[in-house]
Amino acid sequence: MSATARDRLAKVLVYLVLIAAALAVVFPVYYALAGSVMPTRDLTKAPPALVPSGLHPGNFADVFDAVPLGHQYLNSVVVAGIITVAQVVTSLLAAYAFVFLPLKWRGAVFGLFLATLMIPWEAIIIPNYKTIANAHLANTYFALVLPFLASAFGTFMLRQAFLQFPMELRDAARIDGSGHLRFLWRIVVPVSRPTIAAIAVYSFLSAWNQYFWPLLVTDKPKMQTLQLGMSQLNNSESADPRLILAGVALSVLPTLLLVIFGQKFIVKGLTSGAVK
Amino acid sequence: MFLLPSLAVFAVFILYPLVESFVLSTHGSDIFGNSSRYVGFKHFRDLFSDSDFYKVLGTTAMFTVLTVLPGVLGALVLVLLMESRIRGIRIFRSAFALPFAFSAASASVIFAVIYNPAVGIANGMLAHVGAKPVGWLTDPKWVLLSVVVVQIWLTLGYNVLVLSAGVAAIPADIVEAARLDGAKGWRLHLSVIVPLLSPQLFFLTVVSTINSLQAFTAIRVLAPEGGPGGKAMTLVYAIYNKGFENGNSDLGTASAYAIVLLFIVLILTAIQFGVLERKVFYR
Repeated sequence: MSATARDRLAKVLVYLVLIAAALAVVFPVYYALAGSVMPTRDLTKAPPALVPSGLHPGNFADVFDAVPLGHQYLNSVVVAGIITVAQVVTSLLAAYAFVFLPLKWRGAVFGLFLATLMIPWEAIIIPNYKTIANAHLANTYFALVLPFLASAFGTFMLRQAFLQFPMELRDAARIDGSGHLRFLWRIVVPVSRPTIAAIAVYSFLSAWNQYFWPLLVTDKPKMQTLQLGMSQLNNSESADPRLILAGVALSVLPTLLLVIFGQKFIVKGLTSGAVK
Repeated sequence: MFLLPSLAVFAVFILYPLVESFVLSTHGSDIFGNSSRYVGFKHFRDLFSDSDFYKVLGTTAMFTVLTVLPGVLGALVLVLLMESRIRGIRIFRSAFALPFAFSAASASVIFAVIYNPAVGIANGMLAHVGAKPVGWLTDPKWVLLSVVVVQIWLTLGYNVLVLSAGVAAIPADIVEAARLDGAKGWRLHLSVIVPLLSPQLFFLTVVSTINSLQAFTAIRVLAPEGGPGGKAMTLVYAIYNKGFENGNSDLGTASAYAIVLLFIVLILTAIQFGVLERKVFYR
């Protein structure tokens, strides 16, 4: 075989492997979206259809009858929204303190923040559950948001960003008489907008996707989040693939849009720390 | 002052529960889950003499290895293939990034439909080629693998992303110099690019391991109660199973499991920091 023929064969193989992998990754996504508009017979015949035989938007209406998905949608938006805003605010304040304010024990306190990153949430979930249960907060928004109002990860990212500021800017915080809050809001926040956006996207996605914690602290369907409600469609005795897939399609819509349009920020948020 | 909000949250929801975990694990608990008298290390003694505990550890190890190795190596192969100057890279990149949009719950639910024994498309395909149907989630032999597939699907995109960023960060002149020295194709990849990616590969291995150790949702959706024969009962799932599932409320035993998990993750994190520190030091 000549060198060019071998190169061409190699290239074809590369394509084949990549296409096979991409199809394997994309197929569940395609099947969820296609299945969400399929009539029942498409999903239950053997073998199941790959392409909808007709559009069946009634599936979406039926989902809302099966579980209080509207409530759960709202719950998820409110909970993820509150957590995102709160994490950005508390992280901004904490990172500002670490960089711009004269602190006693700065190193030790920052070490404490970093240490909290190492604790797996699942390992301390039982005492947290008891805290919420003893305070009679089960089935409330408080239960869903309180533990997540601060973020060591966000603080860490913002501190890194603030440390990149030129010295003059950091000195200006001390010389300028205008209070620290004003300096933070007027100067620091506008300059660090990309980092804030990355943290916000990351916080929103993690809050939106939560499962274990909401499962423990909510059991009334109307107080549950979208993730729980949607997986409930699968648990019920009469699990209907048509409804399950319609529920999934509805629930991934916001994050799908976020991934498509906010990819830049997600990439930044997710890979920070991985690549120097 | 600016630190107070964050410190308050960490104190109540991380530091206090950390201490309380140890307290709970040394106390009994009544049927309502309230902790009762002090029992010392009884839960741990019970745990270490319980064959179920070792089964759970084995399952956790198996689940972790089966998700981390193919997840990281698969991503490495894909990233290297995408490096071979072909067209349509952006389409492939977007395809591999798609699972980002899916929560563990939504992915698990989709796969539950695909795995459905009667009407699922997985068995539909098998029937199409004349193979016998498989009890993806009901057969003790298959259930762990079926969950593993979902976990890999969920994390592959992130691994591809991190490794792609790593490849992009390799200085072009190093690759060019290697090319001039006659390295090409697989030799270039294996002897030049892969070693330069070792920080990212190491990072991914540790992070994926920690993530797999904490994987809960896919098991809860696809293999409730740890699946048939408890074949998918991992450490994290055991915490939920002993403490909450089906009206269980043995928070003492659940806390003992939680502390085992805590130590395993802490050791992995310490290794990660140790290695990163050394890398920085010698550079």
